[in-house]
Order: sequence, then C-alpha cells, then structure tokens
Amino acid sequence: MADLSNDFIGIKSPNPFWLASAPPTDKEYNVRRAFEAGWGGVVWKTLGLDPHIVNVNGPRYGAVWGADRRLLGLNNIELITDRPLRVNLDEIKVVKRDYPDRAVVVSLMVPCEEECWKGILPQVEETGADGIELNFGCPHGMSERGMGSAVGQVPDYIEMVTRWCKANTRMPVIVKLTPNITDIRYPARAAKAGGADAVSLINTVSSITSVNLDSFSPEPTIDGKGSHGGYCGPAVKPIALNMVAEIARDAETAGLPISGIGGITNWRDAAEFIALGAGNVQVCTAAMTYGFRVVGEMISGLKLWMEEKGHETLADFEGRAVPNVTDWQFLNLNYVTKARIDQDLCIKCGRCYAVCEDTSHQAISMAGPNGERRFEVIDEECVACNLCVNVCPVEGCITMEELATGAVDLRTGETVKPDHGDWTTHPNNPSRVAAE
Amino acid sequence: MTDRLTPGIVAGRRDARELVEAFADLHPPLTAHEARVAADRCYFCHDAPCVTACPTSIDIPQFIREISTGATRAAAKTIFDQNILGGMCARVCPTETLCEEACVREAAEGEPVQIGRLQRFATDAQMATGAQLNSRSALTGKRVAVVGAGPAGLACAHRLAVHGHDVTLYDAKNKAGGLNEFGIAAYKTVGGFAQAEIDWLLSIGGITLETGKRLGDGLSLEQLQAEFDAVFLGIGLGGVNALRAEGEELGGVLPAVEFIADLRQADDLSTLPVGRNVVVIGGGMTAVDAAVQSKLLGAETVTIAYRRGREAMSASEWEQDLATAKGVTIRHWAQPVRITGNGAAAEVEFEYTRSGANGLEGTGEIFRLPADQVFTAIGQTLNDTPEGLALEGGKIKIDGEGRTSVSSIWAGGDCATGGDDLTVTAVAEGRDAAESIHRTFG
Ligand SMILES: Cc1cc2nc3c(=O)[nH]c(=O)nc-3n(C[C@H](O)[C@H](O)[C@H](O)COP(=O)(O)OP(=O)(O)OC[C@H]3O[C@@H](n4cnc5c(N)ncnc54)[C@H](O)[C@@H]3O)c2cc1C
Ligand SMILES: Cc1cc2nc3c(=O)[nH]c(=O)nc-3n(C[C@H](O)[C@H](O)[C@H](O)COP(=O)(O)O)c2cc1C
Ligand code: SF4
Repeated sequence: MADLSNDFIGIKSPNPFWLASAPPTDKEYNVRRAFEAGWGGVVWKTLGLDPHIVNVNGPRYGAVWGADRRLLGLNNIELITDRPLRVNLDEIKVVKRDYPDRAVVVSLMVPCEEECWKGILPQVEETGADGIELNFGCPHGMSERGMGSAVGQVPDYIEMVTRWCKANTRMPVIVKLTPNITDIRYPARAAKAGGADAVSLINTVSSITSVNLDSFSPEPTIDGKGSHGGYCGPAVKPIALNMVAEIARDAETAGLPISGIGGITNWRDAAEFIALGAGNVQVCTAAMTYGFRVVGEMISGLKLWMEEKGHETLADFEGRAVPNVTDWQFLNLNYVTKARIDQDLCIKCGRCYAVCEDTSHQAISMAGPNGERRFEVIDEECVACNLCVNVCPVEGCITMEELATGAVDLRTGETVKPDHGDWTTHPNNPSRVAAE
Repeated sequence: MTDRLTPGIVAGRRDARELVEAFADLHPPLTAHEARVAADRCYFCHDAPCVTACPTSIDIPQFIREISTGATRAAAKTIFDQNILGGMCARVCPTETLCEEACVREAAEGEPVQIGRLQRFATDAQMATGAQLNSRSALTGKRVAVVGAGPAGLACAHRLAVHGHDVTLYDAKNKAGGLNEFGIAAYKTVGGFAQAEIDWLLSIGGITLETGKRLGDGLSLEQLQAEFDAVFLGIGLGGVNALRAEGEELGGVLPAVEFIADLRQADDLSTLPVGRNVVVIGGGMTAVDAAVQSKLLGAETVTIAYRRGREAMSASEWEQDLATAKGVTIRHWAQPVRITGNGAAAEVEFEYTRSGANGLEGTGEIFRLPADQVFTAIGQTLNDTPEGLALEGGKIKIDGEGRTSVSSIWAGGDCATGGDDLTVTAVAEGRDAAESIHRTFG
C-alpha cells in the first residue's frame, strides 16, 4: 500500500494535496468542506492588516477556454482577503482545532515594515496554525501598495522580510514566489538567505486574458476598463515546472524545500512537480473549476501509480527527475533519432507533412509508390525535431526511434558514436574545452 | 377511427400532432456551442480527403476553422463560393458516402467530423440574414436560357448571374426547385426550406424565373438557340422505368416519385392517404424515402423488396439503417412476379433470386406479401428528350465541362452523363457549365 502522508518542513498532512491561498481557503465554511472532501491541508487566503481591503464589485475573473469550454487558464484581479483580520483568525483557530491532522498554513501580506510583521505574527501563532506563507506574489492591486510582487521582485526585500519573520515567530516560514521576474533563482536564494524554511511557487503570472473587440477593453471588464490580472490554471504549469526545477537544481538553493504550485489539475501533474523536487503541492484553479471533489482523483490516481511503480512513500520519488534536468550544452549530440510513422496507426490526415514541408525540414514524403496517401519520413532530411510527433492527432503513431551505435545517420552521413559528445567539446564551439 | 390497421389506402392513420413529430428535422441544427465543439474535432488535414470527396470541392477544413473561431459569415462564404445550394446539400447529401466517409476521423474512430451539420450551421446563419455574399459583376448583355429549375439549373443560373449575364430560367412545373421541392424526403428539408432557398438564391438578381414553361411544349431548342447566347439543360429525369410485371395497372400501384411529390406538396399530411400494407420495389434512395415516409404516415407494414443483396443497393448503408430503424423491413434477393387483386392491388408475388453464372436468376421459389399499395422505385429516365442532342446510356452526352454535342448547348445534373444522381453533383455540374459558358463569352 502506498503511503501518501506528507511531512513538509515538519508540517504533517495525510496527503500532499494542499489548497493554495485563494478563494477556496477564504473562509471557515469553505475550508471545512475542503477537509471533508479529503484535502491534506490549506494555505489560508492571504491575511492583511485592518482596515481590510476591498475588492471590485464587477467581474474578478477572466478565462481562456478550449473548444468545449474546458477552462485552460484563469486570471483574476482579486486582492487578499476582504474580511476583518479578527474574523479570519477566529475561524482559523476553530478549524485547526477541529482538524488537527490537517495542515493549516496562514498566508500573510502586510506592509514592508518590521512593526507590521511583529504585530501580526503572534496573533497568527495564537490560532495554533502550523506555519505561515509570505505572499510576495500577487501581481496586481497589492503590488501598487508596495506589497505582494513589489516585494517579491526585489530579492533584498524578500531576504529582509523573511528574516523579520524568522526572528519574530517559532512557526515555519514558507516564502511564496512570484513568477513575474527574469530568473527565479535570485528570489529563491534571497528567501534562503533570510532563513526561509521553504519556498512555494508559483503565484500568478501577470496577464490580460483577452480583449473585448466591441468595447475595446481588456477582460474582465469593469465599467469599460480592465487591469492586468494574475494568470493560473493548466496553462501555467510548464512555467511553474521549470521554475521549480531551477530552484531544485541550483547549487545555492538545492535542498531548500519547495511547495509546488501552478496548474496542478490531476495526480499526474502533482507527481511531476514532486519528481522535480517539490515536497508537496498546492492547488487553486482545479478546485475553482471543478469543486473540492477533484482531490479524490488526485489521491486515488497518485496512489495507484505509486503502487504500480513500487514507490511506497512520496520520498521514494521526490526529486527523482532533478538530476536529469541539465543545461543544453551538456545534452548528448551523439544521440541520434529519426521519426518513424506507424502505417497501421496513421489516419492520413497529412498534418505531419504540412508542418514539416512548410515550417521544418521537408523530411516527410506524401505519395506512396502507387500515388496513394502515404506519409513517410525521409531519413536524409529528418533532423528529429519532433514537430510531427507533436502535431500528429494519433498518440503513438509517430515516434522518435534512436539510431543504434554504428548506424549511419543518412542526413549527416556520420556513424553514430557510442560515447557522449556535447557542445562543450564540439568543434564548432569557439570556446570549447579540449577533449582529452 | 382510422389507424394503422384500417384496411385499404386511407388518410389520417395518425393525428396531426404525431405527424409533426414523425416528420421533424432528421438532423436538427447544431447550437452555437455544439458547432464549436464539433468544429474543434477537425484536424485541418493537408490536402484534405473530405474536400476531394465533395463533388463541389468545398474547402471543408477552411470553413470548419472559420466556424471554430466564430467567423461564421466567412465560413458561409467559403461554402457558397463553391456551392450556392450549400444549405440544401448540408441537409440532403449522403455525407456518409461523401465527405464524412473520407474524413480521417472516420478511419480513426468511426466517428467523422459532422461536416454536413457544420455546413448547415454556417449556411443557415447566413441565410437567416437574408443577404447573399456574392454580388454581380458588371453586366455583360449576354443572355442565357436555363431549362429546368432543379439544383443543376439553379446553380448554373446563379453562377451566370454572378458573372453579369442575364438568365431566363424555365421550368415545366408551377414551382421551381426540381426534386428539392418535389423529391427529397420531407424530414430532410423541413419548414419550407426549398422555396426559401430559391428566393434567397434568386435575390442575386438578373434571373427571370418562368414556371409552367415546358421544353417540347411551346418552347423549342431552336427557339432558345435563336433567342439566347447559350442554353443550359438541367431537366432531370422526368420519366420512370416500368415494372414490367403482371398487374402493374392495378389500383394502388404507382411510381414512388409520384407519391413522394404528393407528400411534399401536401399542406396537411393527415389528409394524405397511405396503404395499410405497403410494398416498395427498388433499392435506391427513392425506395427508402417512399418506404420511410409511408411508415411515418402510419402504414402498418412497409417492405422494401430488392432483387439483389444489401451491398448492391444504391441507398447507402446509413439510409438502409434509417429505414429499418423506422420500422421498414428490407427483403433482399426478391423480384416481383405479379401483383394480384380485384381491381386494386392486394398482394405481390415474389420469386427469390440469386446471382448465378449468367447474372441474376430466379430460384423458382415464390413468396407473397400483402399489399394494398405498391410503389415502384426502379429508376428514372430522361423524358422530353431534346432532339438533335447526342445521348449516351439514355442521358444527354456531355464532356467534362458540360458541353453537349451541339455548340451553344450545355447540360448537367441527372439528365446528363457522368456523376452520381445526387443534388450535390447536379450543383457541381450546373456551376461548371456556367463557368464554361462564361469562358466562351470571353
Ligand atoms: C425521391 C428522391 C429522393 C432523393 N433524395 C436525395 C437525397 O436525399 N440526397 C441527394 O443528394 N439526392 C437525392 N435525390 C437525387 C436528387 O434529387 C437529384 O439528383 C437532383 O435533384 C438532380 O437535379 P437536377 O437539377 O438535375 O434535376 P431535377 O431536380 O430533377 O430538376 C429538373 C427540373 O427540370 C424541370 N423539367 C423537366 N423537364 C422539363 C422540360 N421539358 N422543360 C422545362 N423544365 C423541365 C423539372 O420540372 C425540374 O424542376 C433524390 C431523388 C429522388 C427522386
Ligand atoms: C482568484 C484567485 C485569488 C488568489 N488569491 C491569492 C492570495 O490571496 N494569496 C496568494 O498567495 N495567492 C493567491 N492566488 C494564487 C494561487 O494561490 C496560486 O498560486 C495560483 O493560482 C497558481 O495555482 P493554480 O494554477 O493551481 O491556480 C489566487 C489565485 C486566484 C485564482
Ligand atoms: S477529413 Fe475530417 S478532419 Fe480532415 S479536414 Fe476533412 S473534416 Fe477535417
């Protein structure tokens, strides 16, 4: 039996699925429902100082959909909690009391002054919450007031605020990072330098989801105007995965616990984040799209996969993909593949032909010997770019087959070598290191 | 009370409400959301097989992509540029043997992109605006006579009008439309669509419709040749093949196309008489349509008898399945020997058949079916054969662009050689003949 129980920086939860700080965790009512549905933990919707903020009274969310209205990306212009601090703290306290086995972490965002943090931390501690998460991420609304991503974009501030928190509370401190920066390693290093117990990422990506072509205003539109919002959901997962991996494999931050966030919609997404070094995961959009019951599939699917693979605990595969993330220059240039089209599976749509002919290397031929619609790879031209695989509507129909050592690559005329050879030693590299 | 068990040929076997339901749209229109979802399934194939399979070569992936982005009007233009009767074709084309059969998703999953219904979505939306997307080129002063206002003639006339030529469109009947109006099954073109489409099509201008004018009856080819710069014949197949079986003169025995025409013209289907036991002889779309509609009118038993096997039937497998789903029995390998009855048909006697060394042969074994109404659907023939034109296989001989053996006369559609006898083929041939005529005008 696979064991999903999770210990993240000492915070225990029955499974690694936490709800991210967002509307699903804004109130006692929601959080109780979430725990009843099976979520392992929550990061409470970000608290701020009184007087509490106000939200817009028009639409807060915009979306990007697939054809069947499948929600692919969500953006929001919502702020932190719009309820009085006391109300939230009281609710956190009773929820934690009633669900001692679940993780309850409190997200915080107060002005960048030590006094403000000193003031709020004991109040949070008093609730019995398991930890705090510093929201340095929100890209809208709060950043204009010198909070959220305005802090998260300046590593020095991250380090400073983290240090204040560590100095003023015994609770573990998670620093939530914004993706709206050029290199995620700098804020992560700053968090570590400030003494953070962990980082969590990503918060939302600054975005405009669409423009209303009648009113010429961005969506969601408030009285004819729109503002950039924060983008999340399945569309941001690749961005989040990369950022998690960057931190996991950075020499300076290696070993710093990571709570993975961004587009996690099912067990597979979660497993990928964990494999790339996340100690647990947080989910927002999937819950906001389907309701809390989605955690059921996340739990059963992850369990099943772990059992099939023989992973008994999350630790068995945590970070297993990290060593395989490398820099381009170290990729083996002696690894040669060619596209292969399975004629039995081919449905003859010709998409591979169209894209290879128009946008790649003219490496697919269209007519068979008797002029029939038959698509075949021309090995002399195929550079193994994988575009045909990506556009083929039939899974498994086009595959990339490795050429064995000693075989001749018909495109280059060269024999496939057994040894590793990469850009660092390549003759075309002006700054190559001499191969000894 | 009259019901399905009432003997003889009587009206009112079902009440008006039941009939409305029975004759409702066979492929109801897609909603906007359904259309988006259906459109999303298209792979936008390279050199798409569906386009090759369409006799009018509509750029199907293009119009589907236009639908998927909400550019429905652009989709309609893509369709109408190739096929001005795209609305009718969306309803009546046997897509299962044309575009949808060729669709790669049919090969992949047995579930093609719903091309026909998507085409209907785009064309309906445009036609609902009442506007056409074409306008006429500068007038040329050339005049063309188009004889027959079926799909071939309509498509030809429209394309000529677009090119700036003036057209006089003659039809022997009192209404235009040809089999769109008098032949196609009622549940394929509900709500008076055929006439609405003609009104919309004629709104291009430059086409003068003259109904009640029959070529060969006060109107001659010489006259038309003298009066016009070119002539196009799209007169369809007005005659029917005789059964050549004993008893075919009995009451209750009639060509299926006549029954169907009456049905299409009936204002109230509960006034249309139908037999209790109906037998339809034939294996094409006409046989299926007559059988299904008899059943829907309330006949107790309806049997299609065809002298060969299932695969040989020209009605598609999908049409055959439709018939059986509606309660029609299809009997293969049976040929009619005689119809018996006292003044009116009462029974049809069949002999079993098989394919022997010298083709089809009777087995000598006989069976009988009760029948108070017998429809023959064993093929239509060219009527009013215009003199002086070379024929081939009983049809007017044409070349690849619709030219007959006489210069200045073109022909297309069912009356001419080549292509299947389908609405869409008629449209393609009418259109191509118009282009050919236009080219000769220089
Ligand atoms: C019962 C039935 C069901 C069918 N169902 C389908 C279907 O579901 N899908 C499909 O694709 N096809 C179907 N078809 C076939 C399709 O209707 C024909 O292929 C198509 O209508 C042919 O078009 P046309 O313009 O050549 O001829 P027609 O539609 O027959 O039009 C010919 C026109 O010429 C006129 N005419 C004839 N002689 C003269 C004359 N001497 N002078 C002046 N005018 C004349 C007629 O009145 C008529 O209006 C069906 C056919 C039948 C009979
Ligand atoms: C409506 C909405 C409000 C959010 N509010 C907060 C917030 O108050 N504090 C915070 O740290 N993150 C907030 N987030 C960001 C989420 O916690 C999360 O980081 C982000 O949505 C990415 O995860 P996902 O792809 O699973 O949604 C919010 C997201 C949404 C959609
Ligand atoms: S064959 Fe099917 S999938 Fe391909 S372009 Fe045509 S409709 Fe689309």
